Amino acid sequence: MIYVRGARVWGPAGLTETDVVIDSDRVAEIGARDVPAGARVIEASGAILGPGLVDLHVHLRDPGQTWKEDIASASMAAVAGGFTAIVAMPNTDPPMDNAKTVNAVMERAAALGLVDIVAAGALTMGREGLEMADLDSMYEAGVRLFTDDGDTVADSGLLRRIMTYLRDFPGAVVAEHAEEVTLSRGGHVNEGIVSASRGIVGLPAVAEEVVVARDLALADDTGARIHIQHVSTRRSVDLMREAKRRGLAVTCEVTPHHLALDESAVASLDPNFKMYPPLRTAADREALVEALEDGTVDAIATDHAPHTVAEKDVPFEEAPRGVIGLETAASVGWAILKGDADLFFERMSVSPARIAGLERHGQPVERGSVANLVLFDPSRSWLPSGFHSKSANSPFAGAELKGMVVATIHNGSVVYEGPTDE
Amino acid sequence: MSGLLTLRGISRSQLEELLDDAERHGKLIEGRDKGSSELRGATVTTAFFEPSTRTRLSFEKAAFHLGAHVMTFSPESSSLEKGESLRDTLLTLTALGTDLFVIRHKDVGVPSIAQRWTGLPVINGGDGRGEHPTQTLADALTLRKHFGALEGLKVGIVGDIANSRVARGHLWAFPTLGIDLTLIGPRTLLPTANPWGARIEVELDSVIEKVDVLYMLRVQRERGAGAGFPSIPAYVSRFGLTEARLARMQPSAVVLHPGPVNRGVEVCDAAVDGRRSLVLEQVANGIPVRMAVLAAAMRAE
Repeated sequence: MIYVRGARVWGPAGLTETDVVIDSDRVAEIGARDVPAGARVIEASGAILGPGLVDLHVHLRDPGQTWKEDIASASMAAVAGGFTAIVAMPNTDPPMDNAKTVNAVMERAAALGLVDIVAAGALTMGREGLEMADLDSMYEAGVRLFTDDGDTVADSGLLRRIMTYLRDFPGAVVAEHAEEVTLSRGGHVNEGIVSASRGIVGLPAVAEEVVVARDLALADDTGARIHIQHVSTRRSVDLMREAKRRGLAVTCEVTPHHLALDESAVASLDPNFKMYPPLRTAADREALVEALEDGTVDAIATDHAPHTVAEKDVPFEEAPRGVIGLETAASVGWAILKGDADLFFERMSVSPARIAGLERHGQPVERGSVANLVLFDPSRSWLPSGFHSKSANSPFAGAELKGMVVATIHNGSVVYEGPTDE
Repeated sequence: MSGLLTLRGISRSQLEELLDDAERHGKLIEGRDKGSSELRGATVTTAFFEPSTRTRLSFEKAAFHLGAHVMTFSPESSSLEKGESLRDTLLTLTALGTDLFVIRHKDVGVPSIAQRWTGLPVINGGDGRGEHPTQTLADALTLRKHFGALEGLKVGIVGDIANSRVARGHLWAFPTLGIDLTLIGPRTLLPTANPWGARIEVELDSVIEKVDVLYMLRVQRERGAGAGFPSIPAYVSRFGLTEARLARMQPSAVVLHPGPVNRGVEVCDAAVDGRRSLVLEQVANGIPVRMAVLAAAMRAE
């Protein structure tokens, strides 16, 4: 048993300062009382207790590139970041395009038992964009989110058939990495002021937007549930807003780095600011924050993409795309949402859990709810360094962040405790 | 550790000091003594990871004139072919006794990374589409010697500006030096943003009679979907410096080109060989400019 004393608890009616008893994998009681015999007491005065965070977008690098990350290190990074569930992207080696590979990853993650890792399955065989992956068997294995993340399904006819086919599978979602490669090929930064002034080929915003527009049209046509990954431009969120207004079953996510940073951060050509989509203009960033607040953007998802120091310590144009995000997302999200606990848990737990079909996550804390929880102290400041991830390619490294995960509880067990406040 | 990585943010007085110093070095190599001993005992390594003839030779000549030893690194005969990383290659060249690097690479920013990796001063000999600072300085010196002053000079750069490292260096330094700069080309070849506030023209004919200088960029003969114009004849008809256009230029106007020249494409023969051409002066002025830059880098060291 765990007794959490004095936290501000995020429940169905918002924040209430109270005590919480956790027994087995459930929230057993809410309200101050005598500490049950044998219970472990967590003093949580000043911290917020809410549903564990859910990340729709993580690259485990396992199997295939375990020098960058593996299931164990990603699990540690996830719980250190306050996540109780993460969705693993299928661009592993071999790719997760069949039940066998998917099951292997989920079984190894379950054996560690730190965090629920659910696999996203590839839409196409080998993520090659040529023919349907084994969608049935992956669905049977528990996959709900299907994506060729890292690549867009370029063949509109194939994508339309997949969307139509997956309508027969309740809860299945077609997720897309939106990038028209004939517009983005050769690009490394947002097409704009940095690309022009540094002489680096740009990735234009429209390379993302034409795919968002196409996918929304296909969703409208097929009735499929779709999810657009890491939207990054003003026009993308305008398209999403309009589609939602018309009642389409569409959702989207945005990353912490696109919410917090703009292209000016990449002027130094530090490869730890290189990712796809690239950091966009200040106006794009503002539009993303607004869309996150008004619900056009459903979820913050990290696109946690580990690469080693050596892989990133190369000329900018040679550096691989991607930055890590699991361990800094809560702090960045809290700051972007200006400490609004309702929005914070909606966008970082409730909505992503709903999109991924994770019923044991994203529940407001109340008697009987599943004890997948995060304890977050908004007043603590910390300096990101010494990551639990095997990689350290964070755009937030070395910058003081405010708001810190102090404990993560997974299925009723404390799986992470942050450093104590000196 | 202070090489020359970029012209971005370099002040007018610093640029003018370099040009003055280049002129001094130019005089030094006019006589039979040919040079100085400013770099005696120092080893300058030219590490060109991209093909180059004139720039490398120009740097090496400049280094010889200053009394330096020169080591020449060529990627085609090196361990890079065996998969050695760029970083390891540069550290090896450092361990061989390099005091100063001149680096050309297909990627933007390599000279500055090399400076961080090696701790040695690095001179940018051309980094991707980034900049080619010593070409820019050689061109500025050429114009200053020809016209006497740069202030108010009307220079039009014509061609693939978006992809030109030469043009990007000019965009940083020329306005700082008081030059009135116009970019001329089809919109597909113009930069997608204009942080320099440079004037833009999409027809050569609209400025041909106004400019003091036409700076003609080499046309990339890339074909297919990646090309920024339909055909070479189409390009020539809008942007080629033909004999007809040459005749319409101001009587005192001149033509520059960073080379190598595509005769009959961006420039006609008369533009390169005729009285308006400063193309060979550009090449010659590269040497004293590079002497000044090498000397400044070693002094800072």
